[in-house]
Amino acid sequence: MRRTFCDLHLRVKTKDPAFKQVITKTSSLGFRMVAVPFVSDFHREEYCEFQTVCKAVDLDSVLRVDLRPRSPDELIQQVRRVRRKFEIVCVICDTKEVARQAAKDRRVDLLNFPALDYRRRFFDRPEAELACNSSAALEVDMKPLIALEGPAKIRLLSALRREIAIAREFGVPIVLSSGVSELMLLRNPRGLAALAFLFGMNECCALNAVSDIPSGIVKCNRLKLDPKFVAPGIRLIREGNDC
Amino acid sequence: MKRVKRRYLALEWDFEGFIGENEFMGALWGSVARLFGENGASLANLVLIDYSGGSKMATIRANLVAVDMVRAAVASVTCVSQKAIAINVVAASGTVKGLSRRLPKLRK
Repeated sequence: MRRTFCDLHLRVKTKDPAFKQVITKTSSLGFRMVAVPFVSDFHREEYCEFQTVCKAVDLDSVLRVDLRPRSPDELIQQVRRVRRKFEIVCVICDTKEVARQAAKDRRVDLLNFPALDYRRRFFDRPEAELACNSSAALEVDMKPLIALEGPAKIRLLSALRREIAIAREFGVPIVLSSGVSELMLLRNPRGLAALAFLFGMNECCALNAVSDIPSGIVKCNRLKLDPKFVAPGIRLIREGNDC
Repeated sequence: MKRVKRRYLALEWDFEGFIGENEFMGALWGSVARLFGENGASLANLVLIDYSGGSKMATIRANLVAVDMVRAAVASVTCVSQKAIAINVVAASGTVKGLSRRLPKLRK
């Protein structure tokens, strides 16, 4: 069966002049599903424009929000506000307290950590244990791996190797995303998976991390956002007086 | 002696302008050496089989044991002659014949 390759983190804005080019290139590289982060109070027209551009090149558009709360309370408030509006909720964890709360929260889909500051990568064993119970996935942006050079890249690779080993030990799903905004930094799905070899992921795991795992998260969330969804395993089939 | 198994990789790139095959192979070797060191580069045993600067495609050969390293190195190349480049592996096969059979299908 053919894989559905997903890039859940394309960092382009709809107003960006290169927006259409980036989306078209993503499609030509073999991706079938893309997400662009929107702000929590986004305009519907922006999403419609994104949807139209994606549809023109046979791409499935995913509505994603990136939250960057400063405290666990702020995170809870923000997640409550956005969960029913977005298909993917990602938390960028700048502090340890936020990282812990995000890993605990069942409404959070993706945990993202700053790539450049390796001291603020809080994905350790306690974090993984919380994440595996709440089914949040660890998102790894590949842009820094492509763009960085020298000691910064070495430190990032070392941190990622440790995080991936922990995630695999606790069964935390891993999602590989491009995280790029420039055309020249886009790579095909197998290229992204090949880069994951640098931090110890084998080919099969890496390909799952760009296909089955992200598409599974989106599929599951779409099911939950469907008005006919009642509870896991229960869906409203028919409504009326004759039921 | 055990026969060395190899893989042929078809590469395609995005680049504004023309790059010569020496520059191209230099960038690939540089990337492999930067990521895996000289020992890793020696394991890869990269050879340029076919090069077409006009259609921006090339075929390289690498040892099977190092094919993951080569793929990672190819994805890591960001510039040639101080200009941005994006190289992607579009197909891989155990023989040149197999690779050429797969390429027309990809072009459709």
